[in-house]
Amino acid sequence: MNPRDERRTAQALASEIKDLARKHSGQMRFMEVCGTHTMAIHAAGLKSLFPESVKLVSGPGCPVCVTEKRFIDHAILLAAKYDACVTTFGDLVRVPGSSGSLTTFRSEGGTVRVVYSPLDAVEVAVAQSPRPTVFLGVGFETTIPTVAATLKAALARGVENFYVLPAFKTIHPPLRILAAKDDLHGFLLPGHVSAIIGSDCFSYLVDDFHKPGVIGGFEPLDILLALRDLVSMTVRGTSAIVNDYKRVVRADGNRAARDILYDVFEPADASWRGLGVIPGSGLAFKGPYTRFDAAAHFPVNVPESKDDPRCLCAAILTGSKTPDRCGLFGKECTPEDPVGPCMVSSEGTCAAYYKYGAV
Amino acid sequence: MCLAVPMKLVELTGEGTGKVDAGGVKGDVSLAMIPNARVGDYLIIHAGFGIEVLDEAEAQVRLDLFRELAAATADEEDL
Repeated sequence: MNPRDERRTAQALASEIKDLARKHSGQMRFMEVCGTHTMAIHAAGLKSLFPESVKLVSGPGCPVCVTEKRFIDHAILLAAKYDACVTTFGDLVRVPGSSGSLTTFRSEGGTVRVVYSPLDAVEVAVAQSPRPTVFLGVGFETTIPTVAATLKAALARGVENFYVLPAFKTIHPPLRILAAKDDLHGFLLPGHVSAIIGSDCFSYLVDDFHKPGVIGGFEPLDILLALRDLVSMTVRGTSAIVNDYKRVVRADGNRAARDILYDVFEPADASWRGLGVIPGSGLAFKGPYTRFDAAAHFPVNVPESKDDPRCLCAAILTGSKTPDRCGLFGKECTPEDPVGPCMVSSEGTCAAYYKYGAV
Repeated sequence: MCLAVPMKLVELTGEGTGKVDAGGVKGDVSLAMIPNARVGDYLIIHAGFGIEVLDEAEAQVRLDLFRELAAATADEEDL
């Protein structure tokens, strides 16, 4: 599409949203679950196109943001005690732990390598052999099968010094908790997580909570289309799961990817920043893959960590507060010197507000 | 972090691996999650893996819908 048609399509969708909203008394509050959506929404300035009565709040779908401070502490203590090489996705290296980030740890002599793919982390391990190499396993259903497939390959290849410190999260358990909140009226569902888990599996939003959910793509027009469908259902008082990202998301998702995931992992409890421990919302190694578990293989005593009580990340991750309500935002907490993870991650809500303004 | 981009599969390079291209930017990817991908398919790439094959018919449906909306908006502006 040419830019003129794109602009006209955006105008058409925005005016549909406005017309629909006029028929509705009261606020409509929707949550974009995925951090990649958060960034896309702010980068395109989409919130300026919505009427006052349509509010979009961010959810817990930024993996770095929901990872607890204690996980960073764990990684650093483990690496220091066992002289391990740490490999990680880049988003995690500047997240503050109790006494510094992975970047601090590196500046003090620790080895931390940023990788683009878990497959690269195995190559680092082979190069570092026999030194233990620990990949930091952070991510949702989009990322977890890539780690699972990597572990299958590492097992077949007999790479013996490669380990993963797991903090994986799955989206349904927290979404069930959030769906029960009266002040959330519908959900913009995560596009690439849905590519793996499918669109059918969100039916509980409708059956148990009578709330609409729309799976959206990541282009500005995709997001506007998804919002129009959310507003339309809310105004009509109906709820359904609508898939507006059919070019990528199938009703049943990607079966092969899920088979790989559940060959290697099984459900376990997980602790979320902002939400606490949620039963069955994480993953643990199973069968022959337990040998890759860095936490089990390299025991280390990790003290409880404390978050800065002034940091509002926890409330921001559950859509209860927006970053501009936080006293640290833009003052003591900036992308250059972040206090909380929502300011660190390129997909964090605070980072998005800081970079693009609180529209 | 769930960022993923479409790239075209241009070559099968081995068992479960392939080469992808987007506007001259090339890369090697694992096809472990999309064993049925064929050369010429557009893949959704995340962290070095193809996570899904783009459904081109559905992509066209979306474009048609947006073009229709754009055309209707143009008409309104002309009135």
